[in-house]
Amino acid sequence: MTKKKIQIIVCGGTGCSDKNSNAVAESLTIEIEANALENDVKVVRSGCFGLCNLGPVVRVMPDDVVYIGVKPSDAQEIIDEHIMKGRVVERLLFTDALTGKKLRSAQEMSGYRKQMRIVLRNCGIIDPENIEEAIAHDAYEALARVLTTMTPDEVIKIVKDSGLRGRGGGGFPTGLKWEIARKNKADEKYVVCNADEGDPGAFMDRSVLEGDPHAVLEAMAICGYCIEASKGLIYIRAEYPLAVARLKTAIAQAKEYGLLGENIMNTGFSFDIEIRYGAGAFVCGEETALIHSMEGLRGEPTVKPPFPAEAGFRGKPTNVNNVETFACISPIILKGAEWFSSIGTEKSKGTKVFALAGKINNVGLIEVPMGTTLREVIFEIGGGIRNGKKFKAAQTGGPSGGCLTEKHLDTPIDFDNLVAAGSMMGSGGLIVMDEDDCMVSVAKFFLDFTVEESCGKCAPCRIGNKRLHELLEHITKGKGVPADLDRLRNMCLVIKDTSLCGLGQSSPNPVLSTLENFKDEYEAHVTAKKCPAGKCRDLMEYFIIAENCVGCTACARVCPVNAITGERKEPHVINPEICIKCGACKEKCKFDAIIIK
Amino acid sequence: METITLTIDNKKVDVPRGTTILKAARQLGIDIPTLCYMELHDMNIENRPAGCRICVTEVQGRRNLAPACATKCEDGMVVKTHTTRVLNARRTVMEFILSDHPKDCLICPKSGNCELQSMAHKLGIREIPGAEIAAMSTYRKDTSPSIIRDLDKCIMCRRCEMMCNDVQTVGALSAVNRGFMAAVAPAFEQNLEHSPCTYCGQCVAVCPTGALTEVDHTPEVLRVLADPTKTVVVQTAPAVRAALGEEFGMKPGTLVTGKMVTALRALGFDYVFDTDFAADLTIMEEGTELLDRLNRYLKGDKTARLPILTSCCPGWVNFFEYYFPDLKEVPSTAKSPQQMFGAIAKSYFAEKIKVNRKDLVVVSIMPCLAKKYECQRDEFSVDGNRDVDFSISTRELAAFIKQANLDLNNLEEGEFDAPLGESTGAGVIFGTTGGVIEAAVRTAYEIHTGKKLDRIDFTELRGLEGVRQAAIDFDGLEVRIGIAHGLGNARKLLNDVREGKSQFHAIEVMACPGGCIGGGGQPLHHGNSEIIKARAAAIYEEDRKKPLRKSHENPFIIKLYEEFLGKPNSEKAHHLLHTKYFEKKKKIIVKQ
Repeated sequence: MTKKKIQIIVCGGTGCSDKNSNAVAESLTIEIEANALENDVKVVRSGCFGLCNLGPVVRVMPDDVVYIGVKPSDAQEIIDEHIMKGRVVERLLFTDALTGKKLRSAQEMSGYRKQMRIVLRNCGIIDPENIEEAIAHDAYEALARVLTTMTPDEVIKIVKDSGLRGRGGGGFPTGLKWEIARKNKADEKYVVCNADEGDPGAFMDRSVLEGDPHAVLEAMAICGYCIEASKGLIYIRAEYPLAVARLKTAIAQAKEYGLLGENIMNTGFSFDIEIRYGAGAFVCGEETALIHSMEGLRGEPTVKPPFPAEAGFRGKPTNVNNVETFACISPIILKGAEWFSSIGTEKSKGTKVFALAGKINNVGLIEVPMGTTLREVIFEIGGGIRNGKKFKAAQTGGPSGGCLTEKHLDTPIDFDNLVAAGSMMGSGGLIVMDEDDCMVSVAKFFLDFTVEESCGKCAPCRIGNKRLHELLEHITKGKGVPADLDRLRNMCLVIKDTSLCGLGQSSPNPVLSTLENFKDEYEAHVTAKKCPAGKCRDLMEYFIIAENCVGCTACARVCPVNAITGERKEPHVINPEICIKCGACKEKCKFDAIIIK
Repeated sequence: METITLTIDNKKVDVPRGTTILKAARQLGIDIPTLCYMELHDMNIENRPAGCRICVTEVQGRRNLAPACATKCEDGMVVKTHTTRVLNARRTVMEFILSDHPKDCLICPKSGNCELQSMAHKLGIREIPGAEIAAMSTYRKDTSPSIIRDLDKCIMCRRCEMMCNDVQTVGALSAVNRGFMAAVAPAFEQNLEHSPCTYCGQCVAVCPTGALTEVDHTPEVLRVLADPTKTVVVQTAPAVRAALGEEFGMKPGTLVTGKMVTALRALGFDYVFDTDFAADLTIMEEGTELLDRLNRYLKGDKTARLPILTSCCPGWVNFFEYYFPDLKEVPSTAKSPQQMFGAIAKSYFAEKIKVNRKDLVVVSIMPCLAKKYECQRDEFSVDGNRDVDFSISTRELAAFIKQANLDLNNLEEGEFDAPLGESTGAGVIFGTTGGVIEAAVRTAYEIHTGKKLDRIDFTELRGLEGVRQAAIDFDGLEVRIGIAHGLGNARKLLNDVREGKSQFHAIEVMACPGGCIGGGGQPLHHGNSEIIKARAAAIYEEDRKKPLRKSHENPFIIKLYEEFLGKPNSEKAHHLLHTKYFEKKKKIIVKQ
């Protein structure tokens, strides 16, 4: 493998790919070839940079210059100016909103500076398809140290002392999990990496696998050494083709370098990793369902105990950790438990990656120390609410998390505080809502997802969630009565209390937390039959303010159902019985005479 | 085993480690309600997906409620089974389940015998909140020759799936779809007819609701009984008499042979015969075939295929035709007793009473649902006229008797008609696992050795162990016998046969756990294996009471051979009493 002098890293994350970063990479390649630079310059597709709303993002290394909003047509200029002449293309740089200054590297951006990148340490920096780059960034050093100088118990002690908790959602102490798997004796054990990542909008696992696959492979091997497993399995959804391809490449390269496979580094320890594909069922992120899916069975959970650490894949002790959890392991080994546990809160150590989405200025992937407040995340890193609107709620923990409100803004985010606030960490999705969002509709929206994704095994989740959804639908249509709110609450509590797995045990969270924090909004729907946010179509009423109406008849002419009547030059009236709330009149009115009540 | 102590509802109880809360509570006499859970203790059959969540309990220190069926006791555990939290959760979950279940109990075949209905009653559910806006999950209804699937009534207890896959290894049923539309169905939601289904009916036997039921043929039977131009003959299988009484409130294991005969006569059947007669005939044919193959084998004849496999059970026949078509020359060619009866009734008996076979209707009362399919097989009819016209189950017969205002309890003991109503004890024990081979041994021994048996009860062949084996001394010749009940157990023996590893000379297979007494057409056991054991005991009791207990001693069988068939395995016997098997292929039909 010959080393190229310059690398142009094109972000291949979800956001940038969506904005056609593929075409940018292709154009750059064409330009490089046109200028016969292929021996010196290489285009690399990396994992997510975390600047999703600024994409497509291109980073030129080793200069560490970040270009944003790059179009395929910009390729020529980047090659001509930056690569050939060494002149940075100013117009493609990020402009700081406060200072108006053009910033060259990500490190200069305020949103980036607040972050602490442990999990994402190499994402967007190394070429994930080149193991030597990973090694140059310390990959496999921790494994070497573990295999040559440490006993499994010593490693487990470090992981325990670090305070690392599972990043997949549950927050179970990782070291303890390893210890249990170690203690269960068996002729064969398995290390499983959960890369199912089912939360819509969350893509940190994918980013790690795409941007730094060796971080996961190395940690799995370390775990294998600790629990005495010689086989590792990565359960990844088939919809992640780039991550799968990079994993395959990384596994092959690691084997070639003797870092996986038989007799690793001549220590006598052998560990091999295989990939297993999921079909994208949300419930398969639950570890027992995941294991069943890997065994070729229907992806549905079973009662725990037995835990996978006792009887997992093929009935053997199995340790299941999430991608992000594994990505924390090597730094912990190399820098020590004390270093890791110095970051974060009392019971939640280290950092957490969040996928910021919703009505926020900077959407994307961020990594912050545990204990960072919601306010810092939303208003500093996230750049505040879009269009200057008012913050209303933030939903954490994916579709079955809860909604946090203004009063939670200064709560340090960690596993326990989120649960106490009626939500959860989940895999780290964070969706921000503003004053225009109807919280009843928001709850209904999230339930839409869980109703679809319930496996159907247990009655409360299979039927209960459907009934919750129906009742929310009923309420948003203005057909609810006050007693429905009690029934809604009872159903939520029972579904949480009786469901078999984490899906049903958490799916009512969006309803419960909004019911708790936005009770008045629910009450408005069932008593006054009004939607305060003006979102619920059936509860809207279009109304003409007589004082503003000049009687131009434009609205009456555009109304598709002839619901508007009135004499020319006289105020018009909308008949609510006929009106279908299409909004055409409001759009047409030049005098702001039509409002939604 | 280590004993642990826990507290349930303020009472202390000691249980072995590994015991579930449900069983520990039962030990204390606390009956935690269950819905999806089912156990057939003596057969190691257990269904506990923990899916219905009806049996939830409150365990101190645990965040959420724990299903009693699947939560193991721990030392010092404190469990409460009826706190308001538990009762509210149980009721709400039950309301959920009922909200997605049809309310047509009036015309549901399971009405009165439905576990969901009983649970709704027990929990005192009188209304379903929000029913007016609750959508129902609905599915296409599927009717096969034996079984009707009405998945609108499926509550996802998964019992059928467990029976079909874990016990029977048939693999016709599994969970399909997700979430609200999840149900149990053949792959790709095909019809059962296009699946590997053997019609063993074990899914029906365990279904708590009306989702899986038998095809009811009693209306057709009523029509032929009402038709004065038809002579209607009925045959009753041995297992029926050991279970029918349960439907009339009698203790499991009560024999109702005589009362059943009276009831059938009262229902209007012209002749009430006994399938046991045909069972004796089967022994003559199958026993002779066994001895023939054995003798040829012992003489070094390489074409003699051993072990011989019994072929009385239609579910089993369907199973090997589908999964072991390469071995279809191995089973005995003897037809099942039901079909032997039909063939003889429509030839020998029809001639005797001078009735055209088209005007003679043969109805069978069977503990089985596969018999419905069997009698519809093409090879068992002559010019489109079936040897057995209708097969109805024990349950259907019970319903039919009730419709006629008859209470079995109050009926006189009647006698079967001659000549096809006479049987020996050997014919009776066909109804339980091990019975066919025991009957065969009784006859084969005496024919082979020419000696009289001093001991008729071969207890070594009896029991409920899934796979059993025994060696019987045929006067110096050791005959090795294998027995399997439940198709999963049969598969194990068949795999050995396929690999040439089988040590047996003869293998008896019955598809249903327990044999015909546990058949898919029997009164529902609701997970009580004591019922199946009591039926087996009743069968052996009937055998003991019989004056004749060996098939070849049945005087009417002897007469039948003298007057009509010649000798066992004669050409005429082959024509009427033997069959052949067909390879069943996978038929995947593209969904309509």
